[in-house]
Amino acid sequence: MRFETREQTPAWLPWIAIFLAGIVTLFFAGILLMFAGASPVDGFIELFTGAFGSRNAMTETGATATPLILTGLAAAVAFRAKFWNIGAEGQLYAGALAVTFFGTGLIDLPAFLMIPFLMIVACVAGGLTLVPMMLLRQYLRVDEVVTTLLMNFVIILTVSFLLEGPWKDPYSLGWPQAAPIIDSGVLPQVVPRSRLHLGFLIAIIAALLVWFVQSRTVFGFHSKAVGFNPIAAKHSGISLSRTMLGIALLSGGLAGLAGASETAGLKGYLTLDLSPGFGYTGIAVAMLGNLHPVGVIFAALFMAVIFVGADAMSRALDVPTYLADVIVATTVLSVLASLVLVRYRLVFKG
Amino acid sequence: MSPLLKVAGVSKSFGALKANRNICFEVARGEVLAILGENGAGKTTLRNSIFGHDLADLGVAEFKGSALRAGDPRAAIEAGIGMVHQHFTLADNLTVLENTLIGAQSLWKLGLQTAAARRKLVALAERFGLEIDPDRLVSELSVGEKQRLEILKTLYNDCELLILDEPTASLTPQEASGLFVSIRRMVSEGLAVIVISHKLNEILEISDRIIVLRSGETVGDVVTSEADKRQLGEMIVGRPVERPQRGSGPPETASRIALEDVSTIGDGSSVALDRISLTLCGGEIIGIAGVAGNGQKALGEVMSGHQKPSTGRIIIDQQAIGRSSPRAFMQAGIAYIPEDRNREGMVGDMTVWENAVLSEADSQAMVGGFSQIDKRACLAQAERICTDYDVRTHSLVQPARLLSGGNLQKLLIGRWLARNPRIIIACQPSRGLDEGAISAVHSMLLAARQTGSGILMISEDLEEIIALADRVAVMFNGRLSASIPNNNIDPIELGLMMTGEGFHAI
Repeated sequence: MRFETREQTPAWLPWIAIFLAGIVTLFFAGILLMFAGASPVDGFIELFTGAFGSRNAMTETGATATPLILTGLAAAVAFRAKFWNIGAEGQLYAGALAVTFFGTGLIDLPAFLMIPFLMIVACVAGGLTLVPMMLLRQYLRVDEVVTTLLMNFVIILTVSFLLEGPWKDPYSLGWPQAAPIIDSGVLPQVVPRSRLHLGFLIAIIAALLVWFVQSRTVFGFHSKAVGFNPIAAKHSGISLSRTMLGIALLSGGLAGLAGASETAGLKGYLTLDLSPGFGYTGIAVAMLGNLHPVGVIFAALFMAVIFVGADAMSRALDVPTYLADVIVATTVLSVLASLVLVRYRLVFKG
Repeated sequence: MSPLLKVAGVSKSFGALKANRNICFEVARGEVLAILGENGAGKTTLRNSIFGHDLADLGVAEFKGSALRAGDPRAAIEAGIGMVHQHFTLADNLTVLENTLIGAQSLWKLGLQTAAARRKLVALAERFGLEIDPDRLVSELSVGEKQRLEILKTLYNDCELLILDEPTASLTPQEASGLFVSIRRMVSEGLAVIVISHKLNEILEISDRIIVLRSGETVGDVVTSEADKRQLGEMIVGRPVERPQRGSGPPETASRIALEDVSTIGDGSSVALDRISLTLCGGEIIGIAGVAGNGQKALGEVMSGHQKPSTGRIIIDQQAIGRSSPRAFMQAGIAYIPEDRNREGMVGDMTVWENAVLSEADSQAMVGGFSQIDKRACLAQAERICTDYDVRTHSLVQPARLLSGGNLQKLLIGRWLARNPRIIIACQPSRGLDEGAISAVHSMLLAARQTGSGILMISEDLEEIIALADRVAVMFNGRLSASIPNNNIDPIELGLMMTGEGFHAI
């Protein structure tokens, strides 16, 4: 048995492969459900009603997908240029810090100005957090996987310091949380009396914008070339440092936007548990979405379905919620395996 | 006497491409067989099928009367087949002796039986005229010595059939004739040698019998002494070919680019430039000859903004250039054709049209109002390049990596020529190309010279340099000789200079 490179791959093949990988995942998840003592069919029914069964379920799924779309885009943008940004978690908190700094009373503008302003400062903060790591890689060849990953801890510990100390809300009854975002900065709900807020629409628009930038603009063209073959790109007169700067700002900015949307939309104030690892899950989302911005939307929604649905399933059938993590991990693995099969053909011979 | 190797009906397809179709031949002891053909004729596939890197779809290779286990290089080595690849497979950080022992000794034995191995190696080297110091590090060896080591390795493993893939690709004429002497000795001792090459002259010199491959099929099987060069050339290409003639150039103009005492700091992996001075005028081609790795890469990079000179000045059109970046040099009118078109020239995973405008996508003509790429203008430009320079592609939207080497190179050079560059730095412009593509590339360069561009051509192929250059200079160890006008240059003398003998830097 050996792999042979495919000479040509039809455009639809990756999507079929990802779809089949999803089926494979459900199969494995079914086996695990049986081990946990529940019927797989019941499990999946509970899972999907938990995620789609009611207005509340659907808005919950959307709210959960929001930060994942943004961190997924952050990873996808960087990975497409072969810049391995593992630091979306830190950049998310950097965005949240910026929103908290400007949004808790320092500046007060009408909502239609305040919200864009907060989003922009969060983007800038997230982007600037990533730029030093890009420079280290471009000029000193420091591995960005290490630097971006470690930067997460630096930023999260800084958040912790601020929330325990100078930024602690005096009215928080001792909890380590910052003062709430002022009313004009809070993202309004999209569906009344739900947790689905404007951030969801911002995330969708961001994905479409990224899609336009990547597929239509000179910058997208350059970053694609830099991703596939930086040496040839350089030989064609494409400035690597300028392109990489753009990629770092965009990737970090999208992660920062996730932090802003969570702080000003879902929670209303900054806490240390703002993100249960959205930055890391974003990597899986990006992979699942085949690094395509629209793919990322669907991948994030899929993840959200699993997370929200698994909660409902575990309540109804008394199986562990950790099944959600297992399903997500299996999905990513089977998608990666299926993408190998998109590039290569298996030949059974010899 | 039964043949040593018998290849019967080997066929191999990759998708729709039939790389080998029903190939049959035999090799006897004491014989040098040449496999001749252009790139893409199926030489490599055939070699891989025999040696077991690939699995043939049909057919068998019989060695010493028994079939070789298909798809298993180790079986081929154990049976007594040795292969020397064009790109060497040596460990740079080990000595000659240690490299010989790789794969020859059991993994589970402690310590190396060096004394016996050394005796055997030295004896083999002497017997076949492949002298080499067993204790030198491979990283210190010249290309010719590395090749000798590769051959010794196969002999050490008791090979009876040696397969040499493009053996003279980067040798000086002197090294090549040394190699031929060794090959003669091997066959006189009863070994058989297969030489795979596309260089007609050398094949005629060294082989006893020639088989010619074209598009995967055997189109000729001739005894060398009865072969006719013209006839063979036509057999390879399938039609009569002629390389373009240089002719007289346009009147020379003022200096386009000049280097004044330019040196670089080496990075350990390549030779640095040492006080290089050079003037290139419009309407002339300067050929830079030299053995690979004598600073040619650095010269090309310095003249295209990829490397900054540590001392000295670069003057383009009478103006010293300040910023050293590929982009600044491009804007000053330089086109740099890098030596490795796959790695440095093209983005293989992007489409043909994207590659055709890779350097132009941000130019006024290609960009719309929202900084978006004007795809229609790009496609038109790509179409123009492909028509003007005869780039054969199924479509503009297929990945560039599916193009053949020749078409890729034509696309790359065409992309640069479309900018009307005033200076062209061409590194190994026809390396690894087939005869048809070489003629095309040479025509492109000569046409650019005719329109007044100054061309610096760095090449390891002396034939190419003598055919195209108006002036020739030799690079050796980071230094450059004075340039000599190209009339009645003796290739042998040039070859000597390339090895440092009679070399005088300016």
